[in-house]
Amino acid sequence: MKTELTRQQYLDLYYYMRLNRAVEDTMVKLFRQNKIVGGLYSSLGQEAISVGTAYALEKKDWLAPMIRNIGALLVKGVPPRDVFMQHMAKYDSPTKGKDGTSHFGDLEKLHIVSPISMLGDLIPVMTGVAMAGRYLGQKIVTMTWIGDGGSSTGVFHEGLNFAATQKAPFVLILENNLWAYSTPVKRQVPLENLSDRAKAYGISSYSIDGNDVVEVFTTAREAVARARAGEGPILIEAKSFRRLGHAQHDPAEYVPKDMRAYWEARDPITLYEKFLMSKKLLDAKGEKDVEQKIEALLATERDFAENSPMPPPEFAATGVYCTGDDCHKIAPRWERPISEVTPPKSSVKPVWTVEGFGSGKSSGGAHAPIHFGDTKPNLEAETPGTAATKSNGSKPAAKSTGKKAAKPAAVSPARKGRV
Amino acid sequence: MAEANGTQITFLEAIKQAMFEEMERDPAVVLLGEDVGVYGGAFKTSEGLLERFGWERVIDTPISESAIIGAACGMSYAGLRPIAELQFIDFIVCAFNQITNFVAKGHYLWNAPAPMVMRGPAGGFVHGGPFHSANPEMYFVHTPGLKVIYPSTPYDAKGLLKAAVRDNNPVLFFEHKYLYRRIKGEVPAEDYTVPIGKAIVRREGKHLTIVSYAAMMHTSLEAAEALAKEGIEAEVIDLRTLLPLDEETILQSVKKTNKCLVVHEDTKTGGIAGEIAAILCEKAFGDLDGPLMRVTALDTPVPYSPPLEEYFLPNAKKVFDAAKQLARY
Ligand SMILES: Cc1ncc(C[n+]2csc(CCOP(=O)(O)OP(=O)(O)O)c2C)c(N)n1
Ligand SMILES: [Mg+2]
Repeated sequence: MKTELTRQQYLDLYYYMRLNRAVEDTMVKLFRQNKIVGGLYSSLGQEAISVGTAYALEKKDWLAPMIRNIGALLVKGVPPRDVFMQHMAKYDSPTKGKDGTSHFGDLEKLHIVSPISMLGDLIPVMTGVAMAGRYLGQKIVTMTWIGDGGSSTGVFHEGLNFAATQKAPFVLILENNLWAYSTPVKRQVPLENLSDRAKAYGISSYSIDGNDVVEVFTTAREAVARARAGEGPILIEAKSFRRLGHAQHDPAEYVPKDMRAYWEARDPITLYEKFLMSKKLLDAKGEKDVEQKIEALLATERDFAENSPMPPPEFAATGVYCTGDDCHKIAPRWERPISEVTPPKSSVKPVWTVEGFGSGKSSGGAHAPIHFGDTKPNLEAETPGTAATKSNGSKPAAKSTGKKAAKPAAVSPARKGRV
Repeated sequence: MAEANGTQITFLEAIKQAMFEEMERDPAVVLLGEDVGVYGGAFKTSEGLLERFGWERVIDTPISESAIIGAACGMSYAGLRPIAELQFIDFIVCAFNQITNFVAKGHYLWNAPAPMVMRGPAGGFVHGGPFHSANPEMYFVHTPGLKVIYPSTPYDAKGLLKAAVRDNNPVLFFEHKYLYRRIKGEVPAEDYTVPIGKAIVRREGKHLTIVSYAAMMHTSLEAAEALAKEGIEAEVIDLRTLLPLDEETILQSVKKTNKCLVVHEDTKTGGIAGEIAAILCEKAFGDLDGPLMRVTALDTPVPYSPPLEEYFLPNAKKVFDAAKQLARY
């Protein structure tokens, strides 16, 4: 993995992490002043994940934040005032007071899909956006996040499996912060590395240190490039820790003290500052400049948010339906010749060829144990310990039958062109 | 149940033609669902679509209803107009969360239109048993943000499905599987749509109004013929769209007949009849000369054995008897 970044990239990552933290610090103040209407969630200590992953996306790419991904929204270009106003239920907020927190989106300009509270639901939705983008020839990648807890929902499985069968250009960031509300990860998922879930879908995955923004960014950059190149969806598990309670109301007394101490000593921003100073990319003055810039920005943004009115009550009755072209003109952006997807060019012979079956990168590929129509082990070509088998982490599926040099017979169309 | 004896196309053919023509007209229209491609759909409603429109537009999916609906929603956000097929409409509840929380709320909450159609075969009379005969329309009629269509004729099926594809909102489109091959009707040769949210008077009458939809519309017409022989002229309204409900057509008819009987194949409690009763109480109380009556399925799951299912479902005799009783007021 190429880890060298440009000076600008190093400094951008720093700025956005600091901005992420400062925006959330400001919201804690607003919360204590009773200016935030609902709950307040925090990504303290996880800023490297939101920032490092979203920073790997291009402008045309799509993302959908979860509640702890304010940092991703800031990177994508959302002004802090929008975040403040969402939480304060103001009329000038992106949802004009109809929803709060990070629950807002922008289909037209920023390409952000709004989350809903139900964990996991964004996974098939962003798969659909990715499929549509590919169909339209846009060469986009879509990204969303999920927690260690959310990774046990049915829709996580349905969505990621569907994305895998479609080879959708989609990157899923699994933020393993060790807790889902009060439940520790060990009581939710019996896996050491949650990235192992990817094996079930035959897709590539990574497990990384979520408190190292450079590792997060470079991994995400690689994953985004691979997804864009057509390798299919990719799962990145970023290991970190939820430093505060589930939300402001939760003192999180269930978290062991030594666990908290360990992670507090590994604060992603402090770690990164040390790294930048050692690389001479940042000094005390540089740090002060960033701080002042953010302070000035947030003062304005907060002022604007506080001065925004609450929505007029009768606004509640509006907007359930799109009323037609005057409300929304729906026009897909074609970036490929439409003739490619219209008859007669689109016509096909409706037969299954099952090409590439079982050839997922990390699934054991050609050595996947089961091929339909192929009851014999037929795995002569397999060499235990090859990369494919290793990354699968499982035992070789079947023993060699002895005819070592023989090529496996092409017993099912699935094997054609691969072995 | 009445069998229409037109010469033109079946209900099933109407569905197929609507999808074919919409996909032909607009490359933003794609179809996804279980076995919709090579096999042409469990009921063959998408037969031939893959051959013509290819793998990118006719997408066989894993058995993952939440993923099908979720992905269709994502596609619609990117400007496509996906049609998501539920192999049997009973399985739509596997995606209940996606539909009611994600798809339905987007426009209201964050100004995101989701132009998508969710369609599939519904209804009883084919001994499909408790998991292949459902009429789950009311779960969704209770969900602001959705539109819900349940047509009764090939003409309407085709015209309303085309309208649903062109609509900027998420539309649920129920197809009564008993009607698929039993009903035939004429459709125009040229492109046409039927407006969503408009009921139609299928038969004029002055003594009472029968409000119905889908397969029960045919049952109601059959009962109306029998009633006519006894001198009772029933007006039969076919709702066609359940959400938004065409209150106007119902109110106008009841103003004339002063009596209303609602017939639906859905179970009784929480069925659309209750909603219509409330509307009449609110807006036509002075017009009513009798109680609102309803003929519906029993408040049970759909039983499998033919005598049980027959007992469970409404039929023309039950409609006839209820109408006669109502006419006496
Ligand atoms: C499907 C679903 N069930 C329950 C909840 C309630 N809930 C909200 S957050 C949460 C814990 C989530 O934990 P995790 O996915 O690890 O994310 P984290 O809070 O650690 O970021 C729960 C149970 C929900 N939002 N969605
Ligand atoms: Mg967690």
